Amino acid sequence: MKPNYTELFAALSPEAALIVGALLVVVLDLTLGRKKIAEARWHAAVRIALLAVGLAGCFTFASGRPGAEFGGAFMLDALAQATRYSVLVLAALSLALLPGTARMRHPAEFVAVVLFATAGFSVMATAQNLLIAFLALELASLSLYVLAGFDKTRPESAEAALKYFLFGGVSAAFLLFGFSLLYGLTGSIELNVIARELGAQAASPLLVVALVMVLVAFGFKAAAVPFHLWAPDVYQGAPAPAAALIASASKVAGFTFFARLLWSGTGASSGQAPAWMLTLAILAGASLLLGNVAALAQRNLRRLLAYSAIAHAGIMLLGVMTGTRFGPGALLYYTFTYGLATVGTFGVIAIIERAGRCQDLDDLAGLYRRSPLLAGCLLMFVLSLAGIPPLAGFFGKFLLFSQALRLTGLTGPAGWLAIAAIALSAVALYYYLIVLKRAFVTPAVAGTEARIAVPLKPALALLLAAALLLALGVFPSSALRLVT
Amino acid sequence: MSALPFTIYVSFTGALLALAVGARSAARARLVALSTAVAGLAITLVAGAGFTPQAGLHTLVDLPWIAEAGIRYHLAADGISLTLVVLTGLAATAGVLFSWNIEERAGEFFALYLALIGGVYGVFLSADAFTLFAFYEIAIVPKYFLIAIWGSTNREHGAMKLVLYSFAGSALVLAGLLWVHAAGAATGFGLGELIAAAARVSPGEQIAMFALVFLGFAVLAGLFPFHTWAPTGHVAAPTAASMLLAGVVMKLGAYGCLRVALPLFPEGFAFWQPTIAWLAVAGILYAGFIALVQDDFKFVIGYSSVSHMGFVLLGLAAGNPPAVAGAVLQMFSHGVIAGLLFAVVGRMVYERTHTRRLADLRALPLHRALPFAALVFVIAGLASMGLPGFSGFPAELAILIGTWKTSPAWALGAGAGVVLAAAFTLRAIQVAFFGTTDKSAAQPAAASLPCEPITLPERAGAMLLVAATVYVGLNPDALLDWITPALQSPVMQAALKGGVS
Repeated sequence: MKPNYTELFAALSPEAALIVGALLVVVLDLTLGRKKIAEARWHAAVRIALLAVGLAGCFTFASGRPGAEFGGAFMLDALAQATRYSVLVLAALSLALLPGTARMRHPAEFVAVVLFATAGFSVMATAQNLLIAFLALELASLSLYVLAGFDKTRPESAEAALKYFLFGGVSAAFLLFGFSLLYGLTGSIELNVIARELGAQAASPLLVVALVMVLVAFGFKAAAVPFHLWAPDVYQGAPAPAAALIASASKVAGFTFFARLLWSGTGASSGQAPAWMLTLAILAGASLLLGNVAALAQRNLRRLLAYSAIAHAGIMLLGVMTGTRFGPGALLYYTFTYGLATVGTFGVIAIIERAGRCQDLDDLAGLYRRSPLLAGCLLMFVLSLAGIPPLAGFFGKFLLFSQALRLTGLTGPAGWLAIAAIALSAVALYYYLIVLKRAFVTPAVAGTEARIAVPLKPALALLLAAALLLALGVFPSSALRLVT
Repeated sequence: MSALPFTIYVSFTGALLALAVGARSAARARLVALSTAVAGLAITLVAGAGFTPQAGLHTLVDLPWIAEAGIRYHLAADGISLTLVVLTGLAATAGVLFSWNIEERAGEFFALYLALIGGVYGVFLSADAFTLFAFYEIAIVPKYFLIAIWGSTNREHGAMKLVLYSFAGSALVLAGLLWVHAAGAATGFGLGELIAAAARVSPGEQIAMFALVFLGFAVLAGLFPFHTWAPTGHVAAPTAASMLLAGVVMKLGAYGCLRVALPLFPEGFAFWQPTIAWLAVAGILYAGFIALVQDDFKFVIGYSSVSHMGFVLLGLAAGNPPAVAGAVLQMFSHGVIAGLLFAVVGRMVYERTHTRRLADLRALPLHRALPFAALVFVIAGLASMGLPGFSGFPAELAILIGTWKTSPAWALGAGAGVVLAAAFTLRAIQVAFFGTTDKSAAQPAAASLPCEPITLPERAGAMLLVAATVYVGLNPDALLDWITPALQSPVMQAALKGGVS
């Protein structure tokens, strides 16, 4: 293959915009920003970063020539483009939450690392080649480890980063090992060649080992049981804007990446029902059960969100299973709208932290008086997580469950998982209502009744996320059309 | 008729408006809520006046909504829906009038209240299972906040219990609907498409699917032994919310049974029919006995609601047109009467005496202190007992006659429930309003009773509901002429053939 670098640049112009933006942020902060106060530096950094993300969005729109790029290393199909839009929106929302809420030093570095992570997510969405996929995943993961530990004033942040890093490192090793086995089996690192080769071969124990390795890494990325242990600590310890990114855009990109790997790379290997289906079903079932039950016992808001994320990961894994027949639309719709609700929730947490603490559920007490805007937004986000119409979380669940039951009816694991997920959604409503009860029913504790001032940019970000959740919930077709 | 969907839009718009103006002034929020509720009522009454009874649903709106899943925004109405939207309009208007004294967070109160109403209208008008389910869930969540924020006795517990029961019920419904959609290879979620899909599944599966969907809806209708959310929820709720809960929200469940569960799974219904009927009879009797010994005035009414909803479920279970027509009439009648009873107990009495214990009320000469409340309660009580001249009479009579055709044993059991209803209602009337006039006990209590007079909104709300129950009691054909043709549609005929045999 003769490399055509113009073509490559055209395909990856969104990522290029993000990287250039990241460098610009750092350079400008080091030169022009040295003398400015921290608040102004945050604003400047975020403004440049938002510009870069916006530009990346435009480039994504312009690079809409579907098909394989650069000799099949990248795939610019509808799924890749829609995932790119999703991670860009989620990253922009996370960035917009920063001014006035982040109290860490080094604004430019934080913002730049967010942009690097976003570039990683974006490449993950398009990668069609094991090596590039792995590089993208590592770019994103390393950036996220840094973000998790960015708050040097709090030991919890360091603990979160270390835990995240150790778990992530091990899972990356598993993934690399799995990739090397796939390469050994097929002699290629390109997904479509791997799929072709595996289709021609008989099922081998080596393939099973390779798949297990890949699924372990997937389980980690998705925070699926039993690879979920990092999630509660990271959600609790990481700075809120970093947690927002970890919980949202990283999920979207991770699910697209692994789903593509399983669907196109190894899906065709063993006839109708891929070999990984049952393993995935077990992971999904365990995540649903443990996530929902453990969330009931949480007194810490962020840990509660982490366990709810684990439960949601179970549903998303179900989406990976249904995607084999019904396409990626439902999965991407679900991960994106889940990401919106999670970014929003962490945004509310970040703004409350400006005025004080926001760790325990009790810290939400009296929110309806302290800031009706935050309380209203929190209501939208949490109800979307709970799956209440007309918010997007409801339709996402509805579509996924409907597809899961159509997949094999009640003869396969997907159907029963859907039934279990529906039953557990009633359990989930309990802990979501507990959160909302603190915000809307419980009066503020004496001494914390002061109103919370909401800075403009974060307020707009929250309102945008809430409006998107409502709009996508009422008109889901508009989003589904992007993917199919 | 074609304006009926605007009941939904008006209610949701009113909710937003009430929220917006309520931050400044409670009085404006009240006005917004009242005008919204009256507008809804007016739309339903105009639609009712111009309604020509017909078999089958009359499509109001039918637009493609979510093409990827075959979901259409399909609203339609027949005589049954019309009866229930008129009831919703009445209950909503009366509820606003009885919440005139809400001062704390009034904007939020009326916003949630109107959002709930909007969801209820939506359920009654939906002809697409997805649309129906979405509106059904929209109606669930506001209840939590209405009860937990503005409620009384044990409110957070009552609110959570009620919402979790409703939501668990709706989860059963969702599981059943998605199952039949998948197993029958339905092309969409329209009720007609699902009926066709259900005909393609095996009888064994139909039986299981019917159990899921019917039970899911019936939880909200207060089916024994899944009724326990109802008394605690009603007692904890603020007056307007109890009125809505008993008045229309429990009807959502019964309506779902009638509109979705029965037509979709006639064979499943035939299988479960005796079980449902006996549970309904058990509910009528059990709740009646419990109501007889309650010491909390509101619990008496709460259990009486469960008992009366038992009649609705029995009418549905009897599965022949007269009984089902009676059940729909009973939904209307109970909606109005329960609204009245809760209004008297929660607003007129409790907020003036600050006690609901019958033992305490017995010591107060309430019939002298609050003659209007006593009068309204006596009227509502007589209606609740099923005395001729009030709406409860034709409704329960039709149910009993219809049920007798299917099984005399069920009718006899339910007949005993009528006697029980008379007993617990008379006891409540006697103890609460005409308690001991023993001078030594009564005088000091009466002196310390700061009884402000019944306000104008309360009188207006009570008169509205009394007029409705008397009008339908004297002229039941006004509603039966709407309901009976609706039961002659092919869909309903197929569902109700089981009972005639």
